[in-house]
Amino acid sequence: MGLTITEKIFSNHLGRTVRAGELVVSEVDFMMGQDGTSPLAIQAFRELGGRRVHDPSRVVMVIDHSAPSPLEGISNLHAMMRRFAAEQGVHLYDVGCGVCHCLLPEQGHVVPGDIVIGADSHTTTYGAINAFSTGVGSTDLAAAMLTGRLWFKVPETLRLVLRGTLPAGVFSKDVALFLAGKLTADGANYLAVEYGGEVISSLSVEARFTISNMAVEMGAKAGLMEADEKTLKWISRRTARSFSPVAPDPDASYREVLEFDLRELSPQVALPHRVDNVKPVEEVEGIPIQEAVIGTCTNGRLEDLEVAARILAGRRVSPEVRLVVAPASRQVLLQAMEKGVVQRLVEAGAALVTPGCGPCVGTHNGIPADGERVISTANRNFKGRMGNANADIYLASPATVAASAVAGKITDPRRLL
Amino acid sequence: MAEEMILRGKAHVYGDDINTDYIISGKYKFKTLDMDELARHCMEDIDPEFAARVQPGDFIVAGENFGCGSSREQAPLVIKHAGVAAVLAKSFARIFFRNAINKGLPVVECDTSGIRQGDVLEVDLGAGKVTNLTRNAVVEIIPLPAVMMDILKEGGLTSYLKKHGGFRL
Repeated sequence: MGLTITEKIFSNHLGRTVRAGELVVSEVDFMMGQDGTSPLAIQAFRELGGRRVHDPSRVVMVIDHSAPSPLEGISNLHAMMRRFAAEQGVHLYDVGCGVCHCLLPEQGHVVPGDIVIGADSHTTTYGAINAFSTGVGSTDLAAAMLTGRLWFKVPETLRLVLRGTLPAGVFSKDVALFLAGKLTADGANYLAVEYGGEVISSLSVEARFTISNMAVEMGAKAGLMEADEKTLKWISRRTARSFSPVAPDPDASYREVLEFDLRELSPQVALPHRVDNVKPVEEVEGIPIQEAVIGTCTNGRLEDLEVAARILAGRRVSPEVRLVVAPASRQVLLQAMEKGVVQRLVEAGAALVTPGCGPCVGTHNGIPADGERVISTANRNFKGRMGNANADIYLASPATVAASAVAGKITDPRRLL
Repeated sequence: MAEEMILRGKAHVYGDDINTDYIISGKYKFKTLDMDELARHCMEDIDPEFAARVQPGDFIVAGENFGCGSSREQAPLVIKHAGVAAVLAKSFARIFFRNAINKGLPVVECDTSGIRQGDVLEVDLGAGKVTNLTRNAVVEIIPLPAVMMDILKEGGLTSYLKKHGGFRL
């Protein structure tokens, strides 16, 4: 029997053939903590008696979740991260650099074939560039910072084959939401997901990140794709590291292989308070909204802002709606400025906030009021997620969010594109 | 934590897919590393009375996929600091499960469907069974992988690594 991408990546690291179900201790090629998880990791590192990080060149810390800090308590934890990074020679991406999951690939830290851990559940994102990358807690990050290694249970793989081409007005976010709806919040628990098929090939690398990002919303440990020409071109422009892409064997053994034909897919919307509570936009059009959010690690990249700007160009955000836009990185912001995207968004009435996580996790930048409805490009709509348990969050693509911001109610973007 | 440890307490019962935002909201968790302070907000968005009601040694009991969502280690930590002795669920989301073990919070995978709010339970981790003293029923615990049992026995990953100097599989 052949090997899955996951089994091959672990086999390459261990120097022997490794199969799903095995417990292994492996070198970790790259690791990351953000401002919600690094302080606890630093604390655990000290408790472990850690003096020096094993290899500072394989670690970064990112201040993105509450950046710039809205509270003194948070400011002090940020200061703790800065002190640790300086002392250990670890690179710190400070306020304004952007969201960890946009930065790590963009800055060339992650390459195909890597094993990556991040103290953030959406670390599955880098699966889109053929890395086995998974979210861990702070103590696991501390252990890996200290030893360079971590234990893993090599997961079985669920292969999702996505057939057809996406219709106009339908984007990778709609695919991610559709899959979460079909597979449910624990449909891939403990499994690696491999995504394949023409839909994936047809998407840009940026768009693919959105899908791998949301693998964890189905419980997956990783969300892997093969590296094709697009991937290699994208990576080569960004990294000096050498790498070898990993493809699954044709006779790889999967837990299950599921095929979906997406030629007829509509824009999708996740309804409160579950990511897997997904309906086609036609069924929810007309629900009034008061806040719209474009950004986050799911959908804050350049092409996300571009599609929103295309919809908003020459139109106005509804007076009933606050549209908050958070570019996912400084580089995204600069490119969006150069291309006139920021100009179009701001002219239409968008409120631009610092590159980072924006209002996604309820710390700052747009906490909704009681009874309000928000439509967001984020990946989670749990009750209270944005800082108010009495608000409702809907999730959709940047196009759907932009169209809804114009109309003041949930709107099918295909009529405005 | 000893292998023969027997825990006894009352059940606080929840449904499926209890996510880490419900366990400790993002609006609190970024502020401080003071887990006793954060524990006052444990389960707040779905059960505002929980923090006041919970007694040391009680259990959180849930359905499928407990702890889904973020990787925040604050989630098992606030549960522990709220005085909860163990979480029992039909299944757990993987990052929470691993974090709980790393922090020395017992996570017990078992059939929880017969447990009702306020039932008094006896959890015998060594023998691998949960006895519902209120309803006179016994369910078996799905055993942990050996490496996780070893970490839990040491009270968490920090003390495990300090003792062994690395991972032993």
